Amino acid sequence: MRRLTWFNATSLTLGFAFLYIPMLIVIIYSFNESRLVTVWGGFSTKWYGELLQNEAFLSAAWVTFKVGFFSSIIATVMGTMGAYVLVRGGRFYGRTLFSGMIYAPLVMPEVITGLSLLLLFISIGLDRGLFTIILAHATFSMCYVSVVVSSRLVSFDRSVEEAALDLGATPFEAFRLVTLPIIAPAVISGWLLALTLSLDDLVIASFVAGPSATTLPIKVFSSIRLGVSPEINALSTILILIVTVGTVAASLTTKRAVMRRQKAEQMADQSS
Amino acid sequence: MNLRRLSLIAVPYLWLFGLFFVPFLIVFKISLSDIALSIPPYTPTLELSEGWAGFKDMVSKFDFENFEFLATDDLYWKSYLSSVQIALVSTFICLLIGFPIAYGMANAPKEWQPTLMLLVILPFWTSFLIRVYSLIGLLGQEGLLNQFLMWIGLINDPLIILNTNLAVYIGIVYTYCPFMILPIYATLIKLDGSLLEAAEDLGCSRTEAFWRITVPLSKAGIIAGCFLVFIPALGEFVIPSLLGGSDTLMIGKVLYEEFFSNRDWPVAGAVAVILLLILIVPIVLYQRNEQKMMEAEQ
Repeated sequence: MRRLTWFNATSLTLGFAFLYIPMLIVIIYSFNESRLVTVWGGFSTKWYGELLQNEAFLSAAWVTFKVGFFSSIIATVMGTMGAYVLVRGGRFYGRTLFSGMIYAPLVMPEVITGLSLLLLFISIGLDRGLFTIILAHATFSMCYVSVVVSSRLVSFDRSVEEAALDLGATPFEAFRLVTLPIIAPAVISGWLLALTLSLDDLVIASFVAGPSATTLPIKVFSSIRLGVSPEINALSTILILIVTVGTVAASLTTKRAVMRRQKAEQMADQSS
Repeated sequence: MNLRRLSLIAVPYLWLFGLFFVPFLIVFKISLSDIALSIPPYTPTLELSEGWAGFKDMVSKFDFENFEFLATDDLYWKSYLSSVQIALVSTFICLLIGFPIAYGMANAPKEWQPTLMLLVILPFWTSFLIRVYSLIGLLGQEGLLNQFLMWIGLINDPLIILNTNLAVYIGIVYTYCPFMILPIYATLIKLDGSLLEAAEDLGCSRTEAFWRITVPLSKAGIIAGCFLVFIPALGEFVIPSLLGGSDTLMIGKVLYEEFFSNRDWPVAGAVAVILLLILIVPIVLYQRNEQKMMEAEQ
């Protein structure tokens, strides 16, 4: 069967080394005693302590968390509605524009999205701050949610929905009791994607944030501009750890869900 | 029933219309307005109270002054050209690095594949900013790469990589590589192995079979990967401003500086409009490729 040739083994090793060595170095140096980032001065966790006492970072993290929480929820609701309209909406006036508006933000350079939203907020006289960042993040991440959810909506058997309607369910009941449970994994991964995009965004946030609200990426960016620092190494390590745990856990749960579904399908096949 | 359907369509529609389409029209309008170094309103303004006549009045006062300014000042067209060049070259390097990785993954033992897949996805979920940051410590003059190269005696003086275009190339390749690997892997994994066996039975050498079967059949994935790297790389702001030097010209950075440092919003608007015009071609090509892939699957 498939065996690992020398060529494949080498390209995998080199490739993953390229992807991971820079991040590993950040993690290792976050435990460096010395403030000099290129000299190893012994093992220490003091930078984590300093990070946790840094008011500016903590308040920026709190702003980022609030923005991510609210914007990802709005994006998930809006994005799921958008996907439903896109796949099940049938024909309506301006459909082409609608699907264009769903797909365009995915490829739009962030500088342009940020610039255009800022100009909108200024021209309608909306004060920049937490609220405008939430609006901006919800807008661009709802498109990602739509794409994820619509691919699931396309692939599932529509007759289940129709059966529910024939058996007397209202359209909303059919959606809540039949469609939503089926697309739920896609909605959840869409929500996670929206959350990650929001927590990660620097460019759009720095356009629409204004002086009153600083998110973590904005704060990190301005301190990175001054050079490498052990506090940022510590912060990066924490974030990398969260992402790693989250991704591994998510992939294990989906694996288990797939196995359970296969088992259920097998049993259904046998009983029929 | 009908009202419900209408509101289902209207809510996401109006949201996107108000927060995506209208802002874009505003950028377009401001790019045609007069240069002013203060905050808006820019001339001409739209007088809503005058209705259609007011709109016509505004349109008649539009001019292409800002676009003419872009054409005459060579900073801008140099930035566009160098952005396209940087994005193209880094896309190509991504392909050279990404294809062997995707190929290795697709040909790895089956039970390894979920783990390998996870290893490619993990950087994608990790903060972009942190990944760019991790390169700063590596590439600097006293960075670990230089320390390592001097330690093994390959060089005597540190190489200057950080704050040059070379660092920008490395940064783009490093951060966007997963976008190249994933679509290529997706096409390679579906490749029917018996085709390769048939080719070898018919006297094709392995290298020949690779070029005549594997590469053509993974074309859709290669194209998708190239666009997924090229499109965001073209408007990139974070990488050139953190890794690049003062002579690194990329249009995303120019736009940002035009807006925040020079406060020349009409010119920033014009820069954005032209950037979008440049992007339309690759975006349309990408969409067409996606459609072809969808049709091929059905």
